[in-house]
Amino acid sequence: MALCEAEKTFVLHGVEENFRIDGREREDYRPMELETNIVSHAFGSARLRLANTDVLVAVKIEVDVPYPERPREGKLEFFVDCSANATPDFEGRGGEDLAVEISNSLAGAYRSPEVFDLTKLCILKGRKCWKIFVDILLLECGGNLYDAVSIAVKAALWDTRIPLVKSVTVDGNNIDMEVSEELHDCQKLDVTGAPIMVTVCKIGEQCIVDPSAAEELCSVGALVISVSRNKFSTILQTGSGSLHPQTLLECLQTGHKVAQRLHDALIETLVDIKPSENSVGFLR
Amino acid sequence: MSKNRELLSKIGLRLDGRRADELRRIRCKLGVFTEPDGSAYLEQGLTKILAAVYGPHQVRGNRSKAQHDAAVVNCQFSMAVFSTGERKRRPRGDRKSTEISIHLRQALTAAIKTELYPWSQIDVYVEVLHADGGIYPACVNAATLALIDAGIPLKEYVCACTASLANNDVPMLDISHQEEIIGGPTLTVAALPMSGKIVLMEMSQRFHVDHLQKVLEKALQGCRDIKHILDEAVKSHIQDVGSSTGWANTT
Repeated sequence: MALCEAEKTFVLHGVEENFRIDGREREDYRPMELETNIVSHAFGSARLRLANTDVLVAVKIEVDVPYPERPREGKLEFFVDCSANATPDFEGRGGEDLAVEISNSLAGAYRSPEVFDLTKLCILKGRKCWKIFVDILLLECGGNLYDAVSIAVKAALWDTRIPLVKSVTVDGNNIDMEVSEELHDCQKLDVTGAPIMVTVCKIGEQCIVDPSAAEELCSVGALVISVSRNKFSTILQTGSGSLHPQTLLECLQTGHKVAQRLHDALIETLVDIKPSENSVGFLR
Repeated sequence: MSKNRELLSKIGLRLDGRRADELRRIRCKLGVFTEPDGSAYLEQGLTKILAAVYGPHQVRGNRSKAQHDAAVVNCQFSMAVFSTGERKRRPRGDRKSTEISIHLRQALTAAIKTELYPWSQIDVYVEVLHADGGIYPACVNAATLALIDAGIPLKEYVCACTASLANNDVPMLDISHQEEIIGGPTLTVAALPMSGKIVLMEMSQRFHVDHLQKVLEKALQGCRDIKHILDEAVKSHIQDVGSSTGWANTT
């Protein structure tokens, strides 16, 4: 996508007037559609469509050995795949830079034990733990990837069910695990602390959230703020521009406020989602 | 051989309850995304495919690829890491994906009227969301729909289907993952079903040449059946799009 100067000025004036090109105000999000449990053989999954941005997240679980330096903790790994369906630029290894950037920022945001408790994933101290793979597939990019990915990841983790371990027997170096055969015997993850990322984009003198692809092109810089339980978990500045410290603080406040609202709305939605008999997925 | 016999029970039902010449349920939708020029989603049984088409546009990257008399068809096959039972390490770049990409290009180039777009390129990207046997045929079918959605002129539908031989005698249609694992030969055919031409044929394992004719005929029958299903989907999609623009009220 390329914008000419006149188009950029139009977007900028809209932001100044608090009436953006799609009619939103500065702190409004575009409509979102969320669907959970749509990948049938994953332990948990979610698909989020934020206007034109489409993200599919699936969670897979494997048994692994804990890191020697953290024997009481399980593992959590993020993998982002930029599908060429989103844009031909992602063909081959073209999307790898973006993928690494997003997965690293997610890993950073989930690192703190207060955000996500990895000790619950430990099966036997120093010997066995669950390893959670969070696989993110970007299917369409319409701006504001970070927010969409973080919400979809949170929803997928909410949907995730970890098999219940009934007993662990240790016989020398052999460890036998007995996993409950009952299909519904499983534990859910606690995701209330899972961070929500909010991209605060500076356009002209004003800050906006949820920039569309056109608005992203007009911005001088953006802050990706991840908020978990009222606290910032990571802050990442992206883009080529520079921000004044005063603006930075304003951005942080905006981001914090919006993230709170987003978190409440998401939890409310997730509680409301009923397990449907036939998932619609992409056929809708 | 004892395992092979189980592919088809005595009363003629397969492991998933289908009859020998029955396809899995195909559900599809055109135009799932807005960014690509054409896109389609196709479910064949549990196999789920997303296809996107970009183009025809100027040749990207290496300009020397451009042909003066035809468009370049560029295909990329990729499988989501969560698409298989065991998690995959990487979505593309392995041998199997490269092979499928090449075969896909072969089948699609045969159907697209490439001579209409000299010096240009058409990109076809397919993404497997759930793999449950018959990935390649499902990809071809999804790509056909995406090409139609993009409005790219085709000679005719290009459809693909698999067939196998059960009990060394009965040809079976549309092999699922379960049946692939149990064994038995698999014949993959991509065809232009209206003219009955075969654009790609691949066979794994062996069976007697005497059986080839009937297995091939069965696979072609499958291609024709799939063509009808796709045709229905395209017509109803065009109807939806058309009626939303109000064409019904113009008369």
